[in-house]
Order: sequence, then structure tokens, then C-alpha cells
Amino acid sequence: MDAEGRERMSDFTDAFRFIGEHLSLLGRLTLDHLALSGAAVGVALALALPLGVWLGHIRRGSFVAINASNIGRALPSLALISIGVAVLGIGFLNVMVALVVLAFPIVLTNAYVAVEGVDRDLVDAANGMGMTPTEVLWRVELPLALPLIFAGIRTAVVYVIATATLASIAGGHGLGDIIVDQATYRLPGVLGAAICVALLALAAELVFAGVQRAVTPRGLRIDRAWGYVEEERTKAV
Amino acid sequence: MSQAPVIPDFGRGSTCERENGTFCLDWVGKHWHDKLGPALLQHLLLTGIALGVGFAIAFMLALAAHRRGWLATPVVLATGLLYTIPSLALFQLLVPLTGLSRVTAEIALVSYTLLILFRNVLTGLAGVPAEVRDAANGMGLTARQLLWRVELPLALPAIVAGLRIATVTVISLATVAAFVVNEGLGVPILEGLQLTFNTEMIAAGALAVALALAADGLLVLLQRALTPWTRKGVSA
Repeated sequence: MDAEGRERMSDFTDAFRFIGEHLSLLGRLTLDHLALSGAAVGVALALALPLGVWLGHIRRGSFVAINASNIGRALPSLALISIGVAVLGIGFLNVMVALVVLAFPIVLTNAYVAVEGVDRDLVDAANGMGMTPTEVLWRVELPLALPLIFAGIRTAVVYVIATATLASIAGGHGLGDIIVDQATYRLPGVLGAAICVALLALAAELVFAGVQRAVTPRGLRIDRAWGYVEEERTKAV
Repeated sequence: MSQAPVIPDFGRGSTCERENGTFCLDWVGKHWHDKLGPALLQHLLLTGIALGVGFAIAFMLALAAHRRGWLATPVVLATGLLYTIPSLALFQLLVPLTGLSRVTAEIALVSYTLLILFRNVLTGLAGVPAEVRDAANGMGLTARQLLWRVELPLALPAIVAGLRIATVTVISLATVAAFVVNEGLGVPILEGLQLTFNTEMIAAGALAVALALAADGLLVLLQRALTPWTRKGVSA
């Protein structure tokens, strides 16, 4: 290996050394990161899930529900955060609002498509059996819609965890604190934190893929590569 | 915001600029030529290169996987892994390898297009009805003719839908590239954030949003123009 190559390798070795030496700092920032992400996802779920499920149940508003995610995907998160800083100022709230705005359309569209896409014949059969609309929703539509609803939640979680990295430029806290502060932490610190964020996102992806699988009724399971069977994913920043 | 801002051009700014009003239109006019305009062009270039290279790679991979079905799963897993890595992290992780350069930005941006484009091209090709394929074979088309004259035209809606998603995604992520390369709309966004200068944050942010929405709209029109037979029914 030439000298330059050794130097590159040493950047990565130093990054792992940094992780080893700063476990408590990284742990604390990871918790901050998860707290911010959790709060944002929580609010987005509380707003988007009932709305999406309800719109899907009454089969109305498809234009809004479906195009929400197209528009949501087109919103650059860095731009959203910077506009948020200008309007709301720096801090946890501004960043959380930006993250909610980004997560909301993903959850909404998936919840809508999931419930609306339940086989009409099944709903008719349930009606014919004398189920009330509430029973139809809870006992027929929701169980069948769960996998796709969770696909949306999974995408939103990974998206928010990734975007929360940018929060550090706007007064939120998380692993981004290190990544955007190369002056203090040097390249090894930045790389170490970047590795942690990447692992965090991958872990979230795997955990929620597992949850998604667990809530899928046995008859609906398809054994193929993850991601290939889902509708589509929104790239996290 | 309440704290005193550091104004880019001391003393010469308008009242609005000196007081850091929420949005000073005169600043935008004054700095269109030295800040916003060039950043917008660089952003387009970053996006265009990433889409071109990404499409070439994803297209080849999809054609290969179309012939040999077993390739699909490993490619989806590998590109899905890349797709999951947060962009700020990936940009930084590439710095030791390719430095603070446009190459670093492009590698990351290209890697984010692969999953979307690969999956959509492959889905489009797989969606061609077997009867159509049989008919083409019966007419004596070679495998190459079948691909270019029958399968790819029929796969076009799915391919353009993928391009649409990839385009807005790359436009969005290219703002984050400003952390590693001094190009694109992320540069004025980050500068505005550092100076806590509201106008620059809002102007550059709004430009990025407008660019993404405009590109999305243009691709919808392209999709309609290229595939007139799907006007009813198939949606993106």
C-alpha cells in the first residue's frame, strides 16, 4: 500500500479509535438523536395515521393523500430546516416541526393507500355479514392494511433519523453535533460519528423491517428481498 | 431572530438587510448574479451528472437482472444498503477516499439513485405481458429487437416514474453536498445559517424547493408526452 493509501486507512482507524474513546459522548448524543427523532415521528404519526386511515376508509381525497408524498419528497430537508430557522428561530421546536413536515406525507400516503387498497369484495362481504363500519375498519381493513402502514412508518423513521443529523445546524441535538463540527472533533471524530449515524439508520431499518414482517398476516407474506416488494421508499437525507 | 446578525456587506446594505428582516427582496436582486444564480446552475449540474451516471449504471444492472433473475435480489440488497445511509454521513465517509471534491458529492448522489432506478426499470421490464413477448417472438424478432422495440417502450412509464423520484431525491440531497464541496444551493443555505441571515436562508431554501417542484412537474409532462397510451389509468 502506498503512503497515501496508508493515510486514508489511518483516517478510518482513527475514526474507530475515536468511537472507542468517546463512548459516553456518543451514547449521550445518540439518545438526544433518538429523542428528537422519536418526538417528530410521534407527532407525525398522531396527525397522519388517523387522517390517512380515515380517508382510506371512506375512499375519499385520493388526490391529496397520494400527491402529499410526491410533494413531501420534493422538499429538500436542508432547505426546510433553513426556512424554519428564519421563521421560527433556532432550537428543538423548529427542527421538530421540520422533521414532522417531512415525515407526515410519507405516513399519510402509505396509510391511505393501505386502507383504500383493501379488496372491495372483502369489505362488501363484511358489510353483508352485518358488520358496522367501525367493525369493518377494525376487523377487516386495518389488519389487512397493517403491512403497508408499517412500511410507511418504517420509511418515515429511517428518514427522520437520517434528517435529524442535519438538526445540529439549527440548534437541535444529536450525532450531527459532531459531524458538522469538524473544527472541534477533527476528521476522525466526524468519521466516527458518521459511522454511528449510518449504523443507527441501518439498525432502525432492520428493526422496523422485522416489525413490518411480524405484523403481516401469514397469508400475505412474500419471501423476497426487502424493499423489492414495498411500494416505494423515500430517500432519507 | 433576535440576535444581531453579521451582515455580508457591512454598512452598504439596505435597512431591511441591516435589521435582518425576514425577507429582503432587494438583497436577492443584488446577489442573484454572484450567489444565487451560480449556485442554482451548479445545483443543476450536480443533479444532472448524478442522474446521468446513475441511470447508466442502474439501466445496465437492470438489463442484466432481466436476463438473469437471480441478480435482482443481491442488487436490491446492496443498493438498498447504500440508500439507507444518511447522506451527511456518506458524504463525510467518502472524504478520506476522494477528498473535499465534486467527485465525493457525485459518488454519494449516484449511489442514491441506483435503488430507485434499478427497481423501476426492472419492474417495467417484468411488467411486459407474456403474450406481447410471444407475439414478438412469433414475428421473428431477435432478442435485441424484442428488448428495444417492444419491452423498453412498454416499460417507459415505470422508467420515467423512477427518474422522477430519483430527480427530486437528488435535487434535495445535493443541498447537503455543500458540506463537502463548495457548490450548489446548499452553499448559500449554509452561509445564511452561519451568518443567521434570514433572507439568504429563505431565498436559497425556496429556490431548492422550487427547483425540485419544477423538475417534478417537467418530468410529469415528459412522462405524458412519451407515453400517450397511458393517459388514462396508470399513474406515477
